[in-house]
Amino acid sequence: MTATAKNEEQAPEGAPEGAPKGAPKGAEVIQVRDLVAHWGPRKILNEINLEIHEGEIMVIMGGSGSGKSTFLRHLMALERPTSGSINVLGRDIGSMGVREMFELRKKIGVAFQGGALFSSMTVGENIMLPLHENTGLDRMTMEIMARMKLEVVDLAGFENLMPSELSGGMIKRAAFARAIIMDPKILFCDEPSAGLDPVVSSALDDLILRMRDAMGMTIVVVTHELESAFKIADRITMLDKGDILFTGTVKELKKSKNQRIQNLLNRQTEEDTLDPDEYLRRLTGEELGKGAAP
Amino acid sequence: MPEETQNSVIRFTEKMGRYTVDAIEELGIYGALFGESVYWIFFGARMRQPVRISSVFAQMMEIGIRAIPIIALMGSTIGIMLAIQGIYSLRIFGAESRVVYGIALSVTREFAPLITGILVAGRSGSALAARLGTMTINQEIDALNVMGINPVRYLVVPALLAMVVMVPALTLFSMFIGMYSAGLYVGVDLDIGMAAYIDQTIDILTLNDLMHGLGKSLIFAVLIAIIGVANGALVKGGAEGVGKITTRAVVQAIIAIVITDMLFAYMAIQ
Ligand SMILES: Nc1ncnc2c1ncn2[C@@H]1O[C@H](COP(=O)(O)OP(=O)(O)O)[C@@H](O)[C@H]1O
Ligand SMILES: [Mg+2]
Repeated sequence: MTATAKNEEQAPEGAPEGAPKGAPKGAEVIQVRDLVAHWGPRKILNEINLEIHEGEIMVIMGGSGSGKSTFLRHLMALERPTSGSINVLGRDIGSMGVREMFELRKKIGVAFQGGALFSSMTVGENIMLPLHENTGLDRMTMEIMARMKLEVVDLAGFENLMPSELSGGMIKRAAFARAIIMDPKILFCDEPSAGLDPVVSSALDDLILRMRDAMGMTIVVVTHELESAFKIADRITMLDKGDILFTGTVKELKKSKNQRIQNLLNRQTEEDTLDPDEYLRRLTGEELGKGAAP
Repeated sequence: MPEETQNSVIRFTEKMGRYTVDAIEELGIYGALFGESVYWIFFGARMRQPVRISSVFAQMMEIGIRAIPIIALMGSTIGIMLAIQGIYSLRIFGAESRVVYGIALSVTREFAPLITGILVAGRSGSALAARLGTMTINQEIDALNVMGINPVRYLVVPALLAMVVMVPALTLFSMFIGMYSAGLYVGVDLDIGMAAYIDQTIDILTLNDLMHGLGKSLIFAVLIAIIGVANGALVKGGAEGVGKITTRAVVQAIIAIVITDMLFAYMAIQ
């Protein structure tokens, strides 16, 4: 017990092996060791190792079906790994009791891919829900806090609308507001810009950057969009068929000589010049699968 | 035996085996869900995850109060139907005045709990499955989990408690309205006054009959809630998946209700 505690204290000092120069030197808030995950008999993640540091934006990239969402679900303790360990904020989530898990969950926020707002509640009630269930605050205080978070995401004045009355981009932003209502230390976002037009998705990228800068949050973003990843990432992790191909800064990624990485990068930057049908076909992952085969 | 036949026999056996395993696994899930619900009812407050009375009331409103008109309609029609049939058959023996026995016993012990159970399964069991299924697909259940809100405590327990209160209450209501409307018909046909009919009914019925009907309905309530919720949570695929599990939940609940009813009837005569 004491031994592990010591290790955790030391971890922030020594940067992880092979850590790039440009990487932030904050304490490690997430450590993943030899994570293996299956869906049924299929292996989805293959001995993943990764550290995420305090205050950085870590972008997890990869083609559709490469296991990004599965990886994120493991970090949020929504799935049990086949083997390996995940350490979040200094605690091994595999050996946590129910009560500890509740405590941990107050310190993490999640913006789900589709927003996952509760359709039977107003936007304001959605955002207040974590406060309502996890704190003893009175209604007045909760409302003020909700309004503050709505201002952060540029949705001030929308608290009395129902989620069905919001546009796609607004739902995402409301989901962000709910994710940060408890002032979490870590924020997870799955595909924040999926299904949004470029202007709205760029605004969301700005919002993510603002949340890191203003609140010092550690943010883990899953995306398959290169442009967005390059814009917001402090570091990028490339997932491909359950393996980590690369972890490092944007600069290092662009310089990488690894052929598979270059393939993935070039293929994705081609998107702009592709005709829509071809783009769609590649988004579904068919082309990626073929291209990655040696 | 030709090899082909042999193969198909093996394949059939294999298939049946797999279905059996799946079915047992699903029963296990239902049991676990019920166990977890009971856990949160008793220990939720200690874990600072109390069951909210307000959501129980909201569910009671939906499951119970809004079902009153349809239960009234079904209860009274079945009561009248029993009176008509009873008088018709008993007249063969010239014993039509004994119809009150048949009505009182069969409404309290069989028809009221069964019809109420089936109606609530169709009305609220399906709604529960659809709601849970949609929430699962929209990742709302995941969202609850990561917010530190246990979905069983927050969603399942209120529905379960509301069912357990409202299904017996609706059953009781159905018993009264069924016997009363039967009485109206009997009164006209056999020229018995309502007061006499009620007196006779009270004489016939024992507390045991009432408990038999209400006890059953309590079990029906648990079955409807757990089957509805579990099917919703096990949804696969998108909106189409929700449609499938909704139907599945109703069919399963009705089968479970009818089988339980039969077991009750059998045990009652032992
Ligand atoms: N709930 C699930 N059940 C079974 N298989 C799943 C489930 N979720 C994802 N998968 C499978 O796991 C693989 C990785 O999926 P996912 O992590 O969602 O990829 P990504 O987010 O990178 O697109 C896919 O092949 C997908 O079919
Ligand atoms: Mg995904």
